[in-house]
Amino acid sequence: MSRILTCTDLTLSYEKQAVVSELNIHVDEGDCLCILGENGSGKSTLVKALVGLIKPQRGTVIYEGLKRHEIGYLPQQSAAQKDFPASVEEIVLSGTLPRSMGYIKKENRLEAEKNMELLGILPIRKKSFAALSGGQQQRVLLARAFCAAKKLLVLDEPVTGLDPLVSAELYSIIEEKNATEGLTVISVSHAPERACHTASKILHLGGGGAQFFGTADEYLASEIGQKYLCADDHHHHHGERRKVQ
Amino acid sequence: MTFSDIFSDPMVREIVFRALTVGSLVSLCAAVLGVSLVLRRYSMIGDGLSHVGFFALSVAAALGLGTTNSLEISIPIVIFAAFLLMKLTESGVMKGDAATAVVSTGAVAVGVVIFTFAQGSMTSDICSSLFGSASVVTLTDKDLILSIVMSVLVIALYLVFYRLVFSVTFDEGFAKASGAPVSFCNLLISVLTAVVIVVGMKLIGSIMISALVVFPALTAMRLAGSFKRVIGIAGAVSVICFVLGFFAGCLLGLPTGPCVIIVNMTVYALCALCKRGN
Ligand SMILES: Nc1ncnc2c1ncn2[C@@H]1O[C@H](COP(=O)(O)OP(=O)(O)OP(=O)(O)O)[C@@H](O)[C@H]1O
Ligand SMILES: [Mg+2]
Repeated sequence: MSRILTCTDLTLSYEKQAVVSELNIHVDEGDCLCILGENGSGKSTLVKALVGLIKPQRGTVIYEGLKRHEIGYLPQQSAAQKDFPASVEEIVLSGTLPRSMGYIKKENRLEAEKNMELLGILPIRKKSFAALSGGQQQRVLLARAFCAAKKLLVLDEPVTGLDPLVSAELYSIIEEKNATEGLTVISVSHAPERACHTASKILHLGGGGAQFFGTADEYLASEIGQKYLCADDHHHHHGERRKVQ
Repeated sequence: MTFSDIFSDPMVREIVFRALTVGSLVSLCAAVLGVSLVLRRYSMIGDGLSHVGFFALSVAAALGLGTTNSLEISIPIVIFAAFLLMKLTESGVMKGDAATAVVSTGAVAVGVVIFTFAQGSMTSDICSSLFGSASVVTLTDKDLILSIVMSVLVIALYLVFYRLVFSVTFDEGFAKASGAPVSFCNLLISVLTAVVIVVGMKLIGSIMISALVVFPALTAMRLAGSFKRVIGIAGAVSVICFVLGFFAGCLLGLPTGPCVIIVNMTVYALCALCKRGN
C-alpha cells in the first residue's frame, strides 16, 4: 500500500488559540481513517486543514500521488445552503466540475446518474434542494462528494441528524465504496463502535491536547478508547432499559 | 408625452431606442449576477460599488470631464474598489457587510467634498448622478457602444464560467477543497458586478442601482426551484420590468430609475402574495 497523505507536527489554530497541536498522522491508499472526539475538540478544523481550506500554523500536510481534484469533501452541515434554489441534479453534477471546467460532458452526466442511483435520489433528481428533508439533502451532498472523490473521500459527520436506519444505510454505502473500489476514506464520526468495526485507523482528538492515533484494535485497548467506548455503551444500555420500562 | 409622440418623431425614437437597448442589457446583466450575489449574502455589494461609482463621477467632474464623459474613469476605479472589497473580506480583516459599509460611505463622503470643490457648490450634476438622469438624452454614441460591448462581455464570461459560478455560489468550501479556482471566480464576479454597476448608474442612479441586482433575483427565487431557471427568470423579469418602468416614466414624465424599481417591487410583491396564496 502506498502512502497518500502525511501530516507532520501539524498545529492548527484560530487567532493564536491552538485547536490541534503537534499532530502526526499518515493515511495509505485504501485506508479508512475514522476521526473521533468530543464536540469542539477540533475534528472539523483538522478536516478543513486536510482538504486545504485552512493553512496550518506550523507543520505540514503532504499529498503523494493525489491531486486536489481527486478529493471529494462533505462539509459539516451549513445553514446557508438549506434554502438554496437548485435542483438535486445540478448539485450532484457540480461534483464533477473540477475535472471538466467547461460544459457538462456525457461522462459527467453518467457519473452523476450512477451516484444518484446509488444513494436512491434518482427519482427526485428534478426536485428543488430547498424542498428536501434533512436526510435527502445529506444524500444529495454525499452523491456530490462521490462524484468528486476519485481517490479520497473526506466526510465531516456524514450522518448527523439522520435516523438510525438511514445512518446505517449511508455508512454501508460508504464502506462498500471503500472495500470494493479501494477509495480512501477519512470520516469524522460520533459512533465509535461502528468506527472500530470498519476503520483501519482511528484518530481520537481529546480535549486538552490528548491524542490517539493507531489501529482499531490498539484503540480498543487504549485508555482513551476504553473511556470513550464505555460512555457510548452506557448510553446504549440506558436507552434499552428505558424502552423496557 | 404619449405613445404616438415616442414613435412618430425620429429624434425621440432614436433616444428611446438607445435608452431601451442600454437599459435592457444592463437589467439583464444585473439580474443574472444578482442571483449569485444575493445567494452568497452579498446583496449590498452593488450598493457599495455604486457609491464608489459616485466618487468616480466626482473625480471626473474635478478633472473637468463632466459626468457625461466619465465611463473611462469610473470603470477602473470601481473595479479596483470591487477588488479591494473582495480582498478585505477574503483575508478576514473585515466581514463582508462591514467592508461594504466602510467603502461605500467613505466614497460618498469624499465624493461630495470633491464635487463641491470642483464646482463651488452642489449642483444638478450631483443630483443626476445620485438619482439617475431624469431625461435619457445624455446617452451618447460612445455610451451606447461601450454599454453594449460591456454587457455582451459580462454575459459571455458568465456563460463560459457558469459551472464554476454555480459551484462556488452553492458551496465555496467544497469547490475549494476539490481544487476549483475559487479566488478567480470571486474576482470574476466582483469585476463583472463593478462593470454592470457603472454602466447602469447612468440610467438608474447610484442610490438605486442595487435594486436591479436584488429584486429580480428575489422574484425568481420565489418562482423556480432550479438554479438555471432562477437565472433565466431573473433575467426575463428584469428586462420586462425595465421596459415597463421606462415607458411608464416617459408617459408620466417621471425619471426612469424610480419607475423601473417601483415596477420591480410590485412584481416581487405580487409573486410573494401569489405563492403564499397557493
Ligand atoms: N472560525 C472559527 N474561529 C474561531 N474559533 C473557531 C472557529 N471554528 C472553530 N473554532 C473553535 O475551534 C474549536 C474546534 O472546533 P471544531 O469545529 O473543529 O470542533 P469539532 O470537533 O468539529 O466539533 P463538533 O463535534 O461540534 O463538530 C472549538 O473550540 C471552536 O470554538
Ligand atoms: Mg465538527
